[in-house]
Amino acid sequence: MFTSVRFQSEKDISGCAISGIMSESGKCFNGEQIIRSIANMHDRSNGLGGGFAGYGIYPDHADQYALHVMYETSEAKRAAEAVVCEQCDIHADEPIPTRALEQIRNRPILHRYFITVKPDYLGQHYDLTPDDVVVELVMKINSSTDGAFVFSSGKNMGIFKGVGYPEEIGRFFRIDEYDAYIWTAHGRFPTNTTGWWGGAHPFGLLDWSVVHNGEISSYGRNRLFLMNFGYKCTLQTDTEVITYIFDLLMRKHKLPLHAACVAMAPPFWSEIERMGPREQEVARTLRMVYGGALLNGPFSVLVGNADGMIGFNDRIKLRPMCAARKLDMVYIASEEAAIRVLCDDPDDLWHARGGVPIVARLKKPVHGSPAPRPGRLTQ
Amino acid sequence: MAGRKWLLEPDFLVERDPDRCIQCQVCVRQCANDVHSYDADEEVVRSDSSTCVGCHRCATLCPTGAVSIRRAQLEFRPHGSWTAHALRSIYKQAETGGVLLAAMGTDRTHTVTWDHVLLNASQVTNPSIDPLREPMELLTHLGRKPDRVEFHKGDARKVVTKLEPQLALQVPVMFSAMSYGSISYNASLALAQAAKEAGTFANSGEGGLHQDFRKFGGSMIVQVASGRFGVDVDYLNTCAAVEIKIGQGAKPGIGGHLPGQKVDAAISATRMIPEGTDALSPAPHHDIYSIEDLSQLIYAIKEATTYTKPVSVKIAAVHNISAIASGTVRAGADIVVIDGYRGGTGAAPTVIRDNVGIPIEFAIAAVDSRLRQEGIRHQASLIAAGGIRSSADVVKAIALGADAVYIGSAALVAMGCHLCQKCYTGKCNWGIATQDPYLTRRLNPDIARRRLVNLLQGWALEIKEMMGGMGINAIESLRGNREHLRGVGLSDRELTILGIKAAGE
Amino acid sequence: MKRIVAREEFCIGCRLCEVHCLVQHSKSRKIIKAFRDEREKVVPGIKVESSGHVSFALQCRHCGEAPCIEACMTGAMARDPETGVVLSDPDKCVGCWMCIMVCPVGAVARGANQQVASKCDLCIGVATPVCVANCPNEAIVLEEDDE
Repeated sequence: MFTSVRFQSEKDISGCAISGIMSESGKCFNGEQIIRSIANMHDRSNGLGGGFAGYGIYPDHADQYALHVMYETSEAKRAAEAVVCEQCDIHADEPIPTRALEQIRNRPILHRYFITVKPDYLGQHYDLTPDDVVVELVMKINSSTDGAFVFSSGKNMGIFKGVGYPEEIGRFFRIDEYDAYIWTAHGRFPTNTTGWWGGAHPFGLLDWSVVHNGEISSYGRNRLFLMNFGYKCTLQTDTEVITYIFDLLMRKHKLPLHAACVAMAPPFWSEIERMGPREQEVARTLRMVYGGALLNGPFSVLVGNADGMIGFNDRIKLRPMCAARKLDMVYIASEEAAIRVLCDDPDDLWHARGGVPIVARLKKPVHGSPAPRPGRLTQ
Repeated sequence: MAGRKWLLEPDFLVERDPDRCIQCQVCVRQCANDVHSYDADEEVVRSDSSTCVGCHRCATLCPTGAVSIRRAQLEFRPHGSWTAHALRSIYKQAETGGVLLAAMGTDRTHTVTWDHVLLNASQVTNPSIDPLREPMELLTHLGRKPDRVEFHKGDARKVVTKLEPQLALQVPVMFSAMSYGSISYNASLALAQAAKEAGTFANSGEGGLHQDFRKFGGSMIVQVASGRFGVDVDYLNTCAAVEIKIGQGAKPGIGGHLPGQKVDAAISATRMIPEGTDALSPAPHHDIYSIEDLSQLIYAIKEATTYTKPVSVKIAAVHNISAIASGTVRAGADIVVIDGYRGGTGAAPTVIRDNVGIPIEFAIAAVDSRLRQEGIRHQASLIAAGGIRSSADVVKAIALGADAVYIGSAALVAMGCHLCQKCYTGKCNWGIATQDPYLTRRLNPDIARRRLVNLLQGWALEIKEMMGGMGINAIESLRGNREHLRGVGLSDRELTILGIKAAGE
Repeated sequence: MKRIVAREEFCIGCRLCEVHCLVQHSKSRKIIKAFRDEREKVVPGIKVESSGHVSFALQCRHCGEAPCIEACMTGAMARDPETGVVLSDPDKCVGCWMCIMVCPVGAVARGANQQVASKCDLCIGVATPVCVANCPNEAIVLEEDDE
C-alpha cells in the first residue's frame, strides 16, 4: 500500500466539466480546439485539476506503448525505470515538453517512454498478451513504486494532466503543438482540497481514457467486482473503476459495446419486462451476471480508445451531456456552449438520454470490429 | 422424586390492579401455564407467578389492561461474575440433573455489531434519490452466475451464455427454516402464503413439507437436513430450491430435537416417522464426513431435480467459516446460507446456544472478502441469517456482502411471538410453537399472513428510503459496497475484519 | 343483510365477545364501571359454547323465517323493517318464554331481571357489532348474506 502523502485514503469526488471532439474519418486536428472548448466551461472547475487525452499524436511511434510517468523524486524515476526495463525495451525517452507558466506550480518530474514488451518475456509468459504485460507493469509501478505514477500507457495516444485550470494545463503541456483525431478534456472541481497531479482526469489504462463528471455511489461494489478479476483499484477514485470495467468487459470479455453499456447502465426491470423475448434475454442475462458493473450515482462519462469515443450518462440522467455532428466531426460536452464555441452550425445537436450511449467511431478502426449498424442503441 | 423444587425461583412477577380487574377470566382461559385462576368463593381472579414465562398473553388480551408482568423481585446482591443468570442456571440444573434447554436466539448481552455500524447518505456532491418519485429496484436473483456473458459470433444481439436456475426475490428478505413440528400448522401455512404474496420464499425447515403446503411449492425452499425427514422425490420436485442443512447458527455442531409429545399424526405423516417418537436429527449428516461427500450430495440432488433448481447449503457461522464457505462453493452449492451466532431455534441446550458460534456480521464480511479474493464470489449467492431485526440490519448485511437475508425470529415476532424462549415446552400461548389443539387455534393464519406481508412491505419501503439516501437506485450497487458503512465503537481489528472505516474517516 | 358468522376453527374461547357485548348494552358503556355496577343487570347477547378444545360464539341468527316471531303472543318479538334485525320490545314482552323454547339455536335468554327476553340486537346504531370488532382472532366476522 502507498505510504506517500499524496495517496489519499478518502474517495476522490470528481468534478465538473468534460468535452470531447472526434473526426470519424481519422483526420487529425490541432489541440487548440479542445483547449478553447474546455476553457469555455471555466466556471465549472475550481483550478484543482485539468487534463487532456489525444489519439494519433505519436504517428512515428505508432506501434510502441507511450508511457507518460510523473515522479516526485529522481530516485523514484530510477526505481520505476528499473521496473520497466525488466520486461520491456525502451526505444526512446525524453521529458514531456512543457511551457513555463507561473500558474502551474509544484510540478512533478514529467517523462515519457516509448516501449515494447521484450519478446523473451512474452515467450516465457505465453498466457499473457503484450497488453496484459503492460497492464501489470502499470499496476505494479502505481501500487508499489513510491513516488512514481504512470498516467498514460496506450499506443499512439497520450494523456496530459495536472493541477490547474484545464486551459492552463493545456498551455503548459503545449497541447496546441499536437494534432489528434480524438481529443478529450476535463476540468475538475474536487471537494477534497489536496491537488495531486495524478488525481486529475483523464484516467487511463492502455489506450482507454476516461473523463468523468459525477460520483459513483456504487464504487465500493464495483471495486470488489473488479477485484474478482484481478484488477487492483489503488487510487480510490471513481474514475478508476469505470476505466477498468470498460477494459474488463470490452477487451477481456469481448462484449460488444451495446452490451457493455447495458451492463453499466441497465434498463429498469420494469422496462426489461416489457421487451421482446430476444432483447429481454440479453438484458436479463447481462444484468444478472454483471450486477457488479452497474454504475450507480450521477455521471457523465466520456471514454476514448483508439477506435472512437463513447459518451454516456447514468440511467436516471442526473448530469448533463450534449452532443453534435457536423460532417465527419462529432462533439460531446457538458454544455452546449462548449460545442457552439467550436462549431456554430452543426448538422445535428441533441442531449444524451440516460443510459443510452453516444458513439463516435472511426470509419476504418485501428482494431476491433467496424462501426456497428445504426440501431436503437447508437445515436 | 416428587415434591417441590426448592431452589427454583419465579422468573416473573404478575401484578394485577384490583381497581381495573373485572374478573372476566380471559387471562384464566388464555394462560397455558396455569398462572391465573378464579376463586369462585371470593369471586376474584388470582395469579401464581411461579409458572409465568413472561409471554404477555394475559396482559395483551386483558380488556382493561389490569395485568402487568415484571421481572421477578427477588434480587441478588450485585455481582460482576456471579450474575443472577449464572446462579439460577445452577439452581435449575441442581434440581433436575438434565441439560438446560432454551429456545430462540441467545439472550447474552454481547455487542450487537449491527448497532455499531452506521449508514451513509449523499449530499451536495451526489444527490440522494427520492424513492417515491424514482424507481428503486430491490429485485434480487439468487443462484450461480457465470464469469462472463458470451455473445453469438455472428449476431451481436444474441447471447450464447445460458444462466443456471435462479430464484427471483421481489424483496431481499426470505423466511428462515422453521420446521413444521417446531411450529404449528397455522404458522407454517401463514409463512408459505405470505412468501407467495410478497414474492419471496419460505424455508420449510427440516420437518418435511405437509401435503397441504405443496401448492405453495413454487415459493418454498425445502430442507434436506441430517435426519432427512420427509425427503422423497415428490418433496424435491415440488419446491423452488433445495437446501442442505449442515448446521444452524443457534446450535452449531449438534442436531435438531423435536420431543415425541409434539409428534402427532399429521407430523408423523409429514416427517415419515412413527407417531410419538422423538424426531432426532443427528449432529452430522451420516453420509457427509468431508467436503467431497457434500459435493456428492449436492450433485445427487441436482441430478434428482434434473438441474432445474438451485441447491443451497446452510452452514453455521463458526471460526473458520471463510474456508468452509469457500469449500462449499467449490463443492457446487449455488447458494450458501451463513447462520450466525444469534440465530433462533425451537430447542437447544442453553450452553450451546449461548457459547458456540460467531456473530453473522463478522462471518458475512469475512466470507464475502475471502470469496472475492479467490475470484469465486459470483459462483454462489450468499444469504445472511441470525438475528436480523430490522430493515437497517438488512441494508447493513447486504452492504457487508450478502445477497439477501433470512429472518426467523423476526417473522415469528411479527406473528405475535414475545420471545419468552419456552418453545421447547410446546405450550406456546400464541399458537406458534405448539401442536396443542387448544393453542394452535390462537394463530389465525389469515391474520398472521397479513402481518408477515405488512412486515416485508414496511421493510421494503424503508430499504428503498435508505438506498435512495445513499444515492443508489439498484440493490446490485449496495451489495458489498462497504464504502457506505462506518463503524462506531469498534476496535481497529474489528473494523479491518469487517472491511469498513471508522466514522469520521 | 349483513349477518354475524362464527368461524369455529379460530375461536380461542377467551369470551371477550361476551365481555364487550355486556359493556355495549350497559348504561355506562365503560368497561370497569359496567362490570362493577351492572354485571347482574345485563345479559350478553352472545355466548361461547365449548367442548374440549373446540369452541365458538353463538348468537341470534336473525332468521329470515324466525320461529320466535311466530311464537310471540304479544308481538314484542318483531323484525325491524329498515335493518331486518329481529328485536324484542321489552315494553311489550310479558315473559312467557315461548321464544326461548322455539329458538332452534338457543339464542334467546331470560333477561337479567327475569321478566323479559334478551338476545343479540346486532348492535343497531353501531357500524360494526362490538363482538366482531373485539374478537382478537377474527373468529367472528360480519358477512353479507344474499337472502
